[in-house]
Amino acid sequence: MNPSIHPVFASGLVCPLDKNNVDTDQIIPKQFLTSVSRDGFAEALFYDWRYLADGSPNPDFVLNFPQYQGANILLSRANFGCGSSREHAPWALQQYGFQVIIAESFADIFYNNCANNGMLLIALSKGNIDSLFTRCSEGPQQWQIDLKNQEIRFGNNAALGFDIDPDIKQRLLSGLDFIGSSEQFAPQISDFEQSRKTSQPWLG
Amino acid sequence: MGQTLYQKIYQSHVVGQLNASTDLLYVDRHLIHEVTSPQAFAGLKQAGRPVRRPDLTFATMDHNVSTQRRSMDAAGETSRKQLEALAENCDEHRIPLLDLTHPDQGIVHVIGPELGLTQPGMIIVCGDSHTSTHGAFGALAFGIGTSEVEHVLATQTLPQQRAKTLKIEINGSLSAHVTPKDVILAVIGKLGTAGGNGYVAEFSGSAIRAMSMEGRMTLCNMSIEMGAKAGLIAPDDTTIAYLQGKEHAPKAEHWEAAVSYWQSLYSDDDAVFDQVVTLDASQIKPQVSWGTSPEQVIAVDQPIPSAESFSESSKQDAARRAYEYMGLEPGQRLTDLAVDVVFIGSCTNSRIEDLRAAASLVKDKKVAAGVRALIVPGSGQVKRQAESEGLATIFKDAGFEWREPGCSMCLGMNDDRVEAGQRCASTSNRNFEGRQGRGSRTHLVSPTMAAAAAIAGRFVDITTGDWA
Repeated sequence: MNPSIHPVFASGLVCPLDKNNVDTDQIIPKQFLTSVSRDGFAEALFYDWRYLADGSPNPDFVLNFPQYQGANILLSRANFGCGSSREHAPWALQQYGFQVIIAESFADIFYNNCANNGMLLIALSKGNIDSLFTRCSEGPQQWQIDLKNQEIRFGNNAALGFDIDPDIKQRLLSGLDFIGSSEQFAPQISDFEQSRKTSQPWLG
Repeated sequence: MGQTLYQKIYQSHVVGQLNASTDLLYVDRHLIHEVTSPQAFAGLKQAGRPVRRPDLTFATMDHNVSTQRRSMDAAGETSRKQLEALAENCDEHRIPLLDLTHPDQGIVHVIGPELGLTQPGMIIVCGDSHTSTHGAFGALAFGIGTSEVEHVLATQTLPQQRAKTLKIEINGSLSAHVTPKDVILAVIGKLGTAGGNGYVAEFSGSAIRAMSMEGRMTLCNMSIEMGAKAGLIAPDDTTIAYLQGKEHAPKAEHWEAAVSYWQSLYSDDDAVFDQVVTLDASQIKPQVSWGTSPEQVIAVDQPIPSAESFSESSKQDAARRAYEYMGLEPGQRLTDLAVDVVFIGSCTNSRIEDLRAAASLVKDKKVAAGVRALIVPGSGQVKRQAESEGLATIFKDAGFEWREPGCSMCLGMNDDRVEAGQRCASTSNRNFEGRQGRGSRTHLVSPTMAAAAAIAGRFVDITTGDWA
């Protein structure tokens, strides 16, 4: 348990990445996957978009814009995180500083990987995503993500509600240990294995 | 109300209920490889947890191995360290490992089935999105992240929520030279890369029943490219015949009981799917992807679509971006495009049947001047089989490079990469920007289309017969 996690999950600057189908090969290209460590991926995030061929920052990529430095909320479009199951993708996003990603939809494996790293992913309708991009086009945005009340707050009492799976919400709010909570089922796991030995002995 | 195949497998693996919508499911097979497992083992060590069932866990080296030499240091220093880490972790936890010295080493989704590790009714997971391949056997198989790999190593279970069910029914016969790869590309073109999000897709219909296991694996392999959690095909006589005699298939004393259980694995007639899609197999033509997403795909005889032909503005933007990246113009014909590289391999299309199909087009011909063409068999077994059938000789005589098994140029984690600006006809599964190397331009095709492109030096419509 981590009682220090505040119901206001995150607040801060939003970076708009106006693309569909942002895939995990883009989030972190393959040459960074040979690491045996869980750390050190922040610099590799969006590598091919973020840096030019000579290694200097690409001034045309939104993450490099001066007004988005320090962003911790990422806004994107449909099917974010599609492709490879590499958990290096959420590690890179998180280590760069993103705590929340808001998009029209997410690929399933990516969604689970983010949840397992304590990141909040918010899926909204296309209309709502359009309106959030419109907000961003009006100037840099500072939003507050209230997970407990399931609201994105924009200031001036304006807010937008969001849905989230109650189990994921509880895990994010409580900081429960992913493996630890399943380990409490050790007796049931053993029983399951025993009964399988009889009913399907070929499974080992 | 009856149950779908997915629901039957899910239900039979529930160990307990973790939460309102989350069940703890038992995992029958856990396949691991060098790239997505080291941090999981490190996590176990840190927490002092053992591997619960090393006997249900199998490891191979595939993603970043050299396909030129069988040496752990042949693909660079960081790759060597990662391969060594896998060997050490498997040794410490007594996990069977098919390392580079093992004759059956290969791509995880090729070796699982051919060793009989993959069986109907199982739940199979692996830290790789193309784990959906194993669904061809009527196993619920899906890719997981490294935190989940650690979870499965520790508990042999995984928390899961019930997915929605999608039936993709494909009836009729495929035309000559049209392959399961073309079928799945056509399905993805129809449903889109997010069309399967939240679903497990079950393929059925007469066209599926007529497919070999290799073809079914190609189909299920790319289910993930439409966003589906898994692809599934109910086991039948083809499945059972494939499994009989495989190294890890049920032994003689259990065979009949196993077969009888497998025969109960199908969606009931009155099962209700959340969504049903039907396709006519006879209408499917050879497919070629033109853009940077698998949904940007057309029949080889079609012009590259205009951005305006897409109704959504985001898809229009994606098309414009893809023209620029791929160096293409709307209206252009794929058959006018020259290719620089041809890659036949990957967990999608590196099995013996894929190589036979490619060889049948290559026999007595030569790779076009200026084209670099690679054949990377999916496993040691596939490689030996192809050599014994004379396929390797056909390829080598034609000017193809004949390589050792591995993932190779599908993702270019080793030294097999497509250079910036080069156009590659590839039998792999993803045409994302930079997938095969920074600036690489990937066109996804079947093995026969790739082989024909190698010979002609450009994309060809192999159904017309006048290309060579």
